[in-house]
Amino acid sequence: MSNYSASDFKKGQPRWCPGCGDHFFLASLHKAMAEIGVAPSQTAVISGIGCSSRLPHYMATYGMNTIHGRAAAIATGCKVANPDLTVWQVSGDGDGLAIGGNHFIHANRRNINLNMILLNNRIYGLTKGQYSPTSPRGFVSKSSPYGTVEDPFRPAELCFGARGHFFARAVATDAPGTVEILKAAYNHKGASVCEILQNCVIFNNGTHDAVYSKEGRAKNAIYLKHGEKMLFGENNEYGIVQEGFNIKAVKLGEDGYTEADVLVHDAKCEDNTLQLKLAEMEWPVALGVIRDVEAPTYDDCVWQQIEEVKAAKKYHNFAELLETNDIWTVK
Amino acid sequence: MEIKEKESVVVRFSGDSGDGMQLAGNIFSTVSATVGNSISTFPDYPADIRAPQGSLTGVSGFQVHIGAEQVYTPGDLCDVLVAMNAAALKTQYRYAKPDAAIIIDTDSFGPKDLEKAQFQTEDYLGEMGIDADRVIACPLTSMVKDCLADSAMDAKSVSKCRNMFALGLVCWLFDRDLDVAFNFLREKFAKKPEIAEANIKVIQAGYDYGHNTHSSVANVYRIETKNKVPGRYMDITGNKATAYGFIAAAEKAGLKLYLGSYPITPATDVLHELSKHKSLGVITVQCEDEIAGCASAVGASFAGALAVTSTSGPGICLKSEAMNLAVIMELPLVVLDVQRGGPATGLPTKSEQTDLLQALFGRNGESPMPVVAAASPTDCFEMAYAASKMALEHMTPVILMTDAYVANGSAAFKLPNLNEYPAINPPYVPEDLKGSWTPYMRNQEGVRYWAVPGREGFEHILGGLEKDDKTGAISTNPENHDLMTRKRQAKIAAIPVPDLEVLGDKDDAELLIVGFGGTYGHLHAAMDELRAQGKKVALAHFRYINPLPKNTADVLRRYPKVVVAEQNMGQLAGWLRMKVDGFVPEQYNEVKGQPFKVAELVKAFTEILNKE
Repeated sequence: MSNYSASDFKKGQPRWCPGCGDHFFLASLHKAMAEIGVAPSQTAVISGIGCSSRLPHYMATYGMNTIHGRAAAIATGCKVANPDLTVWQVSGDGDGLAIGGNHFIHANRRNINLNMILLNNRIYGLTKGQYSPTSPRGFVSKSSPYGTVEDPFRPAELCFGARGHFFARAVATDAPGTVEILKAAYNHKGASVCEILQNCVIFNNGTHDAVYSKEGRAKNAIYLKHGEKMLFGENNEYGIVQEGFNIKAVKLGEDGYTEADVLVHDAKCEDNTLQLKLAEMEWPVALGVIRDVEAPTYDDCVWQQIEEVKAAKKYHNFAELLETNDIWTVK
Repeated sequence: MEIKEKESVVVRFSGDSGDGMQLAGNIFSTVSATVGNSISTFPDYPADIRAPQGSLTGVSGFQVHIGAEQVYTPGDLCDVLVAMNAAALKTQYRYAKPDAAIIIDTDSFGPKDLEKAQFQTEDYLGEMGIDADRVIACPLTSMVKDCLADSAMDAKSVSKCRNMFALGLVCWLFDRDLDVAFNFLREKFAKKPEIAEANIKVIQAGYDYGHNTHSSVANVYRIETKNKVPGRYMDITGNKATAYGFIAAAEKAGLKLYLGSYPITPATDVLHELSKHKSLGVITVQCEDEIAGCASAVGASFAGALAVTSTSGPGICLKSEAMNLAVIMELPLVVLDVQRGGPATGLPTKSEQTDLLQALFGRNGESPMPVVAAASPTDCFEMAYAASKMALEHMTPVILMTDAYVANGSAAFKLPNLNEYPAINPPYVPEDLKGSWTPYMRNQEGVRYWAVPGREGFEHILGGLEKDDKTGAISTNPENHDLMTRKRQAKIAAIPVPDLEVLGDKDDAELLIVGFGGTYGHLHAAMDELRAQGKKVALAHFRYINPLPKNTADVLRRYPKVVVAEQNMGQLAGWLRMKVDGFVPEQYNEVKGQPFKVAELVKAFTEILNKE
């Protein structure tokens, strides 16, 4: 059992708008950290810039609220240089996927052991209401008064395209669901992307309405659990089945579908094809751990290589390094 | 055969970029350094990845200056030019003295070679106005083939040994002991002994060819060594010396060394060098871009490492945002800028000093940052060590400037003894401040304490937003921002740096030459030459640029005439004018991507001396 409570990780008074999804997420993060039990002194929370990137200021851990888009790169250096630290990287959809998109994909590709939080409200809040790289095509905002003419990123697709090994999703208002994926992200060794669906009450109110309330999630979301049949609905009356090269949601008892046809979720499957299809379903919205596959982490491998080379080479300090050169003596 | 005693000689190896001229040049300089000669080298690469064989744009050169006494530069013009093909002769002859000996491979002067090199006739020597008596013309390719006829090597591998024949010939010309070259090759090709032995055989053949065939026509030069400083030496390039400086500083400070980098000419060799030394615990991360190189180094610094990011000017443009983050978070970081020709991609393989103002000012906000510059290949070690010490002890990013010329050039490096170097003591937060400590609490030098994650009771949040001086919380209070700006400025201004040294006629010079960084050798050589002519001249060369040495104004005001000579349009002159009231120097500016020519400096400085 952990020696910590949520209050051990709390600091200061958050300045987000009342009702902002960030408040809910922050409380879940405090709770998850307490349950995980890593000391605040061994924890670093690193964010970029944006509303959600204010988060480290409300943590009683080590941390940095850095510059726009660079959180993943800064967290990479922090983790590789000091692998004993538990590093959480917090970004919004603009910070993480627009200006920081390059660092997001490369942190996933390298598989740095970071817990990467993506707070997705599909809008730029701090700059007061411009469309983001996750805003849907046609989205009307201050910088797109006639609607956007571009397609959004789908975070899971980007993560998988970058060979990511962990992807989970939760709704900010769903504390148990959020705490569960945060703990799973901590327990996964490697880059763990948690997409948090959160509402911006001021500039994009209602963007996740279908799943933002408990009732909405009962109707419109599916909680995925590794090894369990993918059933959903208020009475588990729906299920996910395979159809040709695709998957679809069906009502059991209709069109001849029975529970036996429902697929069992496999988050550990190396091949991400079906996991991607789950992540991209519009109805129901997949929540929980969608992909969780073990792979060597960059930081482990860096230090393992250092140990191997130390054992293989005969020089281990600066004076010995000098002796590896062609040296001559002038008398 | 006549043996000429010479004070110093300049040799330039040139050929196609695939001809191995850099290796031949390197071995020759090592062989010369081993007998105690002073050496200074300058590799001159083409920018093209691999231009068509035999073409004018594909010529690669390596110049080495060897001297009985200290040589400061690779030399303006060469005494011996090796031209492995027609294109090399065409493009490199302008670097040869009028009486230079020229070694050519006649096998590479066929009709097609001459056409590619844009010669109009078959009389290429006549076209260039070269006296045939000065030319050692040998069918080098055929002789290498004959020499290796018995080997199992394919034609391509055999042809790769041509450079060694030229090397052998040059070694004969300079009466060099071949054993050193042989050892060098046996070590370099330790895993391919057959290649090493083939190369050795070809060097010997080149040497014998010179001995047998040309003993009647050519001079053999002898460079004796004077003023030896006893000790153990190695040959080192500026980039390697820089990497060694970082390793030494990390060891002295008892910290891990972290390099976040992205490949960029001419800085990449630092990444290469540090990547080799995992047995010393060096961490190198080749990042996705320049931005991440610097950003990850900031993360590593936060985590408690000696963090370095290495790049050239275009990379500094991209890193400046994360460098500024380190300014406001007051974390140690060393940013290496191996300058090249700009703007934009500019002249990637060539040398300039055009990033100085970018280093000093190229960031948003009031962003004071120490700037230091290395004066020579071996000085790269000293300045990398000094920059690391400064960053760690004053909790600030420091820019270390070198340039393509010192980075790629090499010199004999007296092995340093780390025990003789000053200690590095970062201002770790004292344990007894637990409970009362806040992140921007400062020590007596105005330096923020360093609380490395992992220490219980010192958890804190840093960031890019302005912080309250007392609490460390985000603050937009106007008085606080003004105060913090001044504290950051004062912290940098208070960093102690050595006084500016004046060389030459320091008491009665009529002209003070002023420079910074990689031009030291050329400016020193120009001063020596002017003084040899009886003129009163001194040199003040800056290695510490921000903060400036305390005696800067005194020195600059002491002499009747001052010329600031730099490879840019006047950036150091502008900085000094900003910092020293009423200082209006003469300027010598050149932006050619090539090192200064001593003769041109002497001419320009003489004109200044002669001005009323």
